[in-house]
Amino acid sequence: MAPQRSVGGGATGPVTMARAIGMGLRRALEDDPKTLVMGEDVGQLGGVFRVTDGLLKDFGEARVIDTPLGEAGIIGTAVGLALRGYRPVCEIQFDGFVYPAFDQIVSSLAKLHARSRGRLSVPVVIRIPFGGGIGAVEHHSESPEAYFAHTAGLRVVSPATPNDAYWMIQQAVSSADPVVFLEPKRRYWEKAELDLASSPLPMGEARLVLPGSQVTLVAYGPTVRTAIDAAAAAREEGISIEVIDLRSLSPLDVDAVEASVRRTGRLVVVHEAPVSLGLGAELAAQITERCFHSLEAPVLRVGGAAVPYPPARVEEHYLPDVDRVLHAVDRALAY
Amino acid sequence: MGQVASAWDGTEVGPDPVQLLTPAGRRVKHPSFAADVTLEEVRGFYRDLVLARRLDTEATALQRQGELGLWPPALGQEAAQIGSGRALTSADHAFPTYREHGVALTRGVDALELLRMFRGVDHGGWDPVATGFHLYTIVIGAQTLHATGYAMGLQRDGRVGDDGSAVLAYLGDGATSQGAVSEAFVWAAAMNAPIVFFCQNNGWAISEPTSKQTRIPIYQRARGFGFPGVRVDGNDVLGVLAVTRAALAHAREGGGPVLVEAVTYRMGAHTTSDDPSRYRDPDEVAAWRARDPIDRVRALLEREDAAFAGLAAAVEREAEELAERVRSGVRSMPDPAPLDIYDDVYAEPHAALERERAEHAAYLASFEEVS
Ligand SMILES: Cc1ncc(C[n+]2csc(CCOP(=O)(O)OP(=O)(O)O)c2C)c(N)n1
Ligand SMILES: [Mg+2]
Repeated sequence: MAPQRSVGGGATGPVTMARAIGMGLRRALEDDPKTLVMGEDVGQLGGVFRVTDGLLKDFGEARVIDTPLGEAGIIGTAVGLALRGYRPVCEIQFDGFVYPAFDQIVSSLAKLHARSRGRLSVPVVIRIPFGGGIGAVEHHSESPEAYFAHTAGLRVVSPATPNDAYWMIQQAVSSADPVVFLEPKRRYWEKAELDLASSPLPMGEARLVLPGSQVTLVAYGPTVRTAIDAAAAAREEGISIEVIDLRSLSPLDVDAVEASVRRTGRLVVVHEAPVSLGLGAELAAQITERCFHSLEAPVLRVGGAAVPYPPARVEEHYLPDVDRVLHAVDRALAY
Repeated sequence: MGQVASAWDGTEVGPDPVQLLTPAGRRVKHPSFAADVTLEEVRGFYRDLVLARRLDTEATALQRQGELGLWPPALGQEAAQIGSGRALTSADHAFPTYREHGVALTRGVDALELLRMFRGVDHGGWDPVATGFHLYTIVIGAQTLHATGYAMGLQRDGRVGDDGSAVLAYLGDGATSQGAVSEAFVWAAAMNAPIVFFCQNNGWAISEPTSKQTRIPIYQRARGFGFPGVRVDGNDVLGVLAVTRAALAHAREGGGPVLVEAVTYRMGAHTTSDDPSRYRDPDEVAAWRARDPIDRVRALLEREDAAFAGLAAAVEREAEELAERVRSGVRSMPDPAPLDIYDDVYAEPHAALERERAEHAAYLASFEEVS
């Protein structure tokens, strides 16, 4: 199902992640007349992050829909549109505003394929700018991935680079399953070249970002950059860190993490979401079970505290940074 | 509450909005609503309006200077806010959105408390119990249900009658699309709750005009839920005051919910992060500038109040003092301490959280040892 096309090389020049997602959506709208884009302010404004900029002008109001203000309505009607053969790509304006749609997502969207014994499919994509670090007010910095990854029937992914964002949004649209697509909003403006020549990695696979030998550092979305920076800082001190970008949170590519941990013997997982009952806990459990005897240290997690996402002027103390990651790396090495 | 001189019979009023003060500052009569206020009170509204605007302008400037993270301007909506805020008694309770800065001032919330969440040092900032002004709610529509439940509580406390209490729930035009708001309307009606829903229809929900949310005027929505809707000129402080007072009296006396649609206009951007030039016509903004809520009170007072020049000068001075206090107060507002994030998460001790706090404290202390 994943688009595996090459578009004849062609350098794009560096593009931001926000732009890359927009370009991917444009391709999805061009490729399949059933693709729709819908949400609050996605049309005329192009979304509050301008990800959908220009799509209304080029694809019209029937396909790029400025919806009324209601998240349950956005996802609930997307379910209906999907039942009628459409592929709605819904934008939730910010992470903290997805909850009014929670019932539609968890009780209907995630379950209809199973309930209908495969007769129905609901290929809805839910794009959510997520995570903190942008100095925002309440409800604009949350990391709700565990709720969705905990829900059977949903695929959950998060790109960390413009290139992944460009390809993964197209893969999400063409997936027959509902996909929660988590966009690391504080990385929206980071630029990189898109690789249009080679075929993209499948949506469900993790990516080895940096090879290393002493510690495996697993991250996704916004913390991949943090992990890379931490690995660079560690290298100065002679410590070799392997960085893995999970990309998919459901399913989790545990095989990729296991293969790495078998080499390094140590695993540190970094995410912004609270550590307590988060993705890191699941990885820790699975890795411990699969390669207990390869581990030189317990699996360590670096992430948010079990508190509401704090006000902007203390968020730096909540968000995992290079120092906190290195602190965990040191602890893992000291065992 | 002897000031409720309106003869409103509790039925729907619209589509012509109730207006008691024209854009030119002329008083007009309405068959159902009257603003029975003294000249001294009008002078007070003038002061409220000017201070609210000055706070708004100052906060916008502070955001531009990087002192605030964000600011949602209430520019142009001051009459809707002051008129409705001043209609409340101290026994009433208001549930705001995130834009009710003018109402906040009428409830005695200090400007610096109000700015704490926009500075990014707090998620609340003031005492909602002492002020009768609930914390701001950013999640669109959520507060309408909280307000309805609070009103059900007042009802169960027997706070009914002309010395009773009512709730004023604020919402925007965009919010009327949220499921939570429909549920609030259903509950309020089913429970006959003492609540007034005060919708500031400012024409826009970020980039979406009100026409994207509703095919009928918002005040008519109330019909289907079984309670009256009243449309008022939201830029007329006297009209808003009279309508809100009458609606609150109706609710307090056991008449059940009322929906007030205050027709106003968001003169500024949605927030300081927004760029309205992408979606709205500057002519529309210009047309509304001619209906400025402060200008018409000024015109009225210039005509009716021989001492207005003195008042205007005094209010101007006070506004400058407020701005100066806000500027220096915001700049010197301390950041929270890192470990503050663990405070008040639970009302009762929570062992796991305390462990996390201790670990975090030890981590922070490890830096001190190094340096
Ligand atoms: C549940 C939820 N969804 C989306 C948002 C993002 N958002 C903030 S304000 C706004 C528009 C609100 O419009 P309206 O109700 O008319 O109030 P106004 O901003 O005009 O005062 C939106 C969509 C939000 N805060 N909460
Ligand atoms: Mg509005």
